Amino acid sequence: MSTSAKGLAAYHGPTPPCKRPALGASFLDKTAKGLATGTLTAIKHGVAMLCLCAVPALAAASSVPAIMPTGDLGLVVERASGSLLQVNTSRHAILRRIEGLGDLSHASLVFSRDERYAFVFGRDGGLTKIDMLSGAIVKRVIQSGNSIGGAISQDGRIVAAANYTPGGVKFFDADSLELLAEVPTDSKVVGLEDSTDNRFAFSLWENARGEGEIWVADLSENPRAPRISKFPNIGKQPYDALISPDGRWYVAGLFGEKGVAVLDMWHLERGVKRALPDYGKTDPKLPVYKMPHLETWAMVGNLAFIPGVGRHEVVIVDVSTWQQVGAIPVAGQPVFVIARPDGRHLWVNFAFPHYDTVQVIDVEARQIVKTLQPGKAVLHMEFTPRGEAVWLSVRDANRVEIYDTRTQSKRTELPAQAPSGIFFTPRAHRFGL
Amino acid sequence: MGTPALAAAPGPDRVKELTHFVRQECGFCHGLQLTGGLGSSLTSAALRDKPSEALIAATLYGLPGTAMPGWAPFLSVDDATWIVNTLKKGFPQ
Repeated sequence: MSTSAKGLAAYHGPTPPCKRPALGASFLDKTAKGLATGTLTAIKHGVAMLCLCAVPALAAASSVPAIMPTGDLGLVVERASGSLLQVNTSRHAILRRIEGLGDLSHASLVFSRDERYAFVFGRDGGLTKIDMLSGAIVKRVIQSGNSIGGAISQDGRIVAAANYTPGGVKFFDADSLELLAEVPTDSKVVGLEDSTDNRFAFSLWENARGEGEIWVADLSENPRAPRISKFPNIGKQPYDALISPDGRWYVAGLFGEKGVAVLDMWHLERGVKRALPDYGKTDPKLPVYKMPHLETWAMVGNLAFIPGVGRHEVVIVDVSTWQQVGAIPVAGQPVFVIARPDGRHLWVNFAFPHYDTVQVIDVEARQIVKTLQPGKAVLHMEFTPRGEAVWLSVRDANRVEIYDTRTQSKRTELPAQAPSGIFFTPRAHRFGL
Repeated sequence: MGTPALAAAPGPDRVKELTHFVRQECGFCHGLQLTGGLGSSLTSAALRDKPSEALIAATLYGLPGTAMPGWAPFLSVDDATWIVNTLKKGFPQ
């Protein structure tokens, strides 16, 4: 046990010093047991796992700092303890725990385009810049009282944060986290997405008149003076939004009524259009226990697979016509519907009380091919860049589970404290992530 | 004080479950620290002056026109009463 912990420390010894010890004694104490378990699990599953044991030898053999590429790294949010686990997706390994990030309930993050830095948006309004090489907190600002998420500009120079209290969006210099501009709103802001030409789109949950709005902030000319286009009265209570993978279509889901609001980022002058007239919450007797997430609507060809709202189904939409063309019954109210990068399978998790279950859907057959029960509170799923594996956070079991997506069987698991969001660095190169 | 009498206070095991439930499940919308999110703040300062009966009803049956669902399938009246009374006092970690 002590060997594992020591090995981990030795591996990181050569990395640049950081302000806060990324591997404090408390971390070692807390994770020594977990690391030992991880090793045993790896042996049990016959996985050629990364070598919590081989690494120390490597580090000991050379005093030259190890080069650490970032393309197969990621961060796992530990929502209750205000910490992140840095992970390696090739080796299925935890590299270190990064602590001191405040309230990380519903936290999300984006990566810089060089995949070196992560920008973490905390519920308490904290915006924290993390160096993926050293694990150090480079900079941390409390930018609002209550935040929901953020985005990064196409050119990578501007980080945007969406805020609930006070409502609005703030734009920061990605290098210094200096405040560049502020766009106040009279509403909580949701669904902040980055698009082409250094533009950001976001939605107002409910303005003073009780209406939803969509705003576009254009920072292409002057990041300190965003040009704002406002689209009022787009429907009731937009609760989340997505940007299509090409950055063109901004789609906001409506909670207070049926349908979605669609904005063509190529043609703002055409305004916001309503689509999917039958989509949404239809039955007051079907309460929604957790808002579905739209950020990663799964797109396969012309089809988008989206969570039914309050319904136990995945809805199929033809985005060339914006018509619903089908629905697949599933085990509960879907929260995330994500497509394996090749588009062949969808992985779906669910809201309370079905959050112990994950289902895999074959896209061609439109049928469930696997039902998994990883344990209570599967909060998030993230594919490796080409999708041979998917990582699941299982909150109450205090672990991350890694599945082979071909066999849909578990390869290994890693200890984590109440994990929620999982974010891998290749998100850096995609719109809306 | 306006605190409804407990017909049958939840036992220690149920209290543990309810505490986790409030922090985690309610926390999705109201924040892990219950300081608010898409849902309103549930701190003692925010709830102190609101009538308990209305809060218990909202917990069990939801608030029409808002995103607040009713949790009656999973919570008894006693559970909801305990939750509201405990929120008003300041919810334990």
